[in-house]
Amino acid sequence: MKSGSNLEAILEAGHFAFTGELGPPRGTNGEEVKKKASYLKGMVDSVNITDNQTSVVRMSSWAACIILIQEGLEPNFQMVCRDRNRLAMQSDILGAYTHGVRNMLCLSGDHQKFGDHPDAMGVFDIDSMQLINMVKQMRDEGKFLGGADIEDPPKIFIGAASNPFAEPYEWRVHRLAKKINAGTDFIQTQCVYNMDRFREFMKRVVDMGLHEKCYILAGVTPMKSLGMARYIASQVPGMDVPDSLIDRLKGAGKGKVAEEGIKFALEQIEEFKEMEGVAGVHLMAIEWEHRVPEIAERAGVLPRPKP
Amino acid sequence: MIVAKRKPFEEIKGLIKGYNKVLNVGCGTCVAVCLAGGEKEVAVLNAELDMARKLEESPIEVGALTVERQCDREYLEPLDAIVNDYEAILSMACGAGIQFVAERFPQTPVFPAVDTTFIGVNQGVGWYEERCRSCSSCVLGMTGGICPVTMCAKGLYNGPCGGTNKGNCEISKDQPCAWYLIYERLEKQGRLDSIMAFTPASKWENQVPRTVIQPGYEKSKADATP
Repeated sequence: MKSGSNLEAILEAGHFAFTGELGPPRGTNGEEVKKKASYLKGMVDSVNITDNQTSVVRMSSWAACIILIQEGLEPNFQMVCRDRNRLAMQSDILGAYTHGVRNMLCLSGDHQKFGDHPDAMGVFDIDSMQLINMVKQMRDEGKFLGGADIEDPPKIFIGAASNPFAEPYEWRVHRLAKKINAGTDFIQTQCVYNMDRFREFMKRVVDMGLHEKCYILAGVTPMKSLGMARYIASQVPGMDVPDSLIDRLKGAGKGKVAEEGIKFALEQIEEFKEMEGVAGVHLMAIEWEHRVPEIAERAGVLPRPKP
Repeated sequence: MIVAKRKPFEEIKGLIKGYNKVLNVGCGTCVAVCLAGGEKEVAVLNAELDMARKLEESPIEVGALTVERQCDREYLEPLDAIVNDYEAILSMACGAGIQFVAERFPQTPVFPAVDTTFIGVNQGVGWYEERCRSCSSCVLGMTGGICPVTMCAKGLYNGPCGGTNKGNCEISKDQPCAWYLIYERLEKQGRLDSIMAFTPASKWENQVPRTVIQPGYEKSKADATP
């Protein structure tokens, strides 16, 4: 075991992993984090804590991670390259690890232009690939990026993202390979809606043997409404929502769209369980944490295995 | 070339408020080519200032002199003879030229009339686009001649990120994704191997004021240093 995290143990034991997500509040209310966490407890193997997602200031990811640990859940500390330089990143990793954080998801981060501080300087001192490699160096060589030794190095299970739906498509699998070579232990993909493209992507992943070098968790976000589906389809860069899904949700009729969205997500999860190379599902139920127990139950992933 | 744009008129007027005799110095190189601070732009600005100050009943005398390059000492010499005739200097050069003028005449207030914007190319008359951030460690050989530091909004060295949107950058439908372009070009050249390899963290040499002494010219700096 590289980190001893629950998520790593679940995956290493060959269980189908099921992870969740939680967005910290735009303020100082720790109770809000606890409330959201309560819905996820026992339902998922690890909970991603977002890092100023969509470039909007929120409670820091590591701080919310600590609340989760106190509540008995395992966090997955998300870190973006937009807001900190290599010094701040490494010191936050040391601090988070000291408080019990064992998983990280290394991301580029949305551009600051989208958020509530569009005039901010984007740091991007290092990129996500370099961040992955830095965390690996800290863990495996016990050295900071600058080369100095770390006393009691942080043992992190290293995660990264992959978006099979952004151009150039042919390159995405190579980028995944590059991330694996840089040190990625597990991947959580962008939300999958276009199953055809995802099947194609996974076929190439399997052909290249990448699924044997790292665990791949497919991203699932249930559609709550037709408005959400249309918004994701047209406004969120790098997302691919087929018209057939929009039509299906439309066809569900008034008051039944959310249920249809959950049904589609459940069908996806069933397929992912059988899909070669897929090691689990990452459920991003955005501001829908209270529905996670129901989704987990209906997806047949409960009870979560104890490694 | 270095591309600049003229500051808003009210800002320029505010900078030289209270001065009644100002010398406006143009620059005949980059900022002249990009239509921001050459001889013609000096004349236009001076006419505007003259008119505006007359209307305010606070007339100003604005002199004009455009030198070949404000970033080169030899071209600044002609200023020596006339600078004392003025209370202040407006410079329409890039930030380098403005500072070189200010350094030469430390007793005279020097004000910028342009905002230096980027190192870029001429896409058409009056139309310029940024291409270089002068990072000091060029990777264009690896990236097919497209700069990821400048052209990728996140300056990624191992891109593209997941925000590529129909070939465009997530920040705008009008901004092509640099890494998409890099991929396309290298694929056509059969050189995708070039971006398969991991690029380590940049050394960011542009975090301190930089000096370049070309090989063989070390003596010129040594001689000039007291």
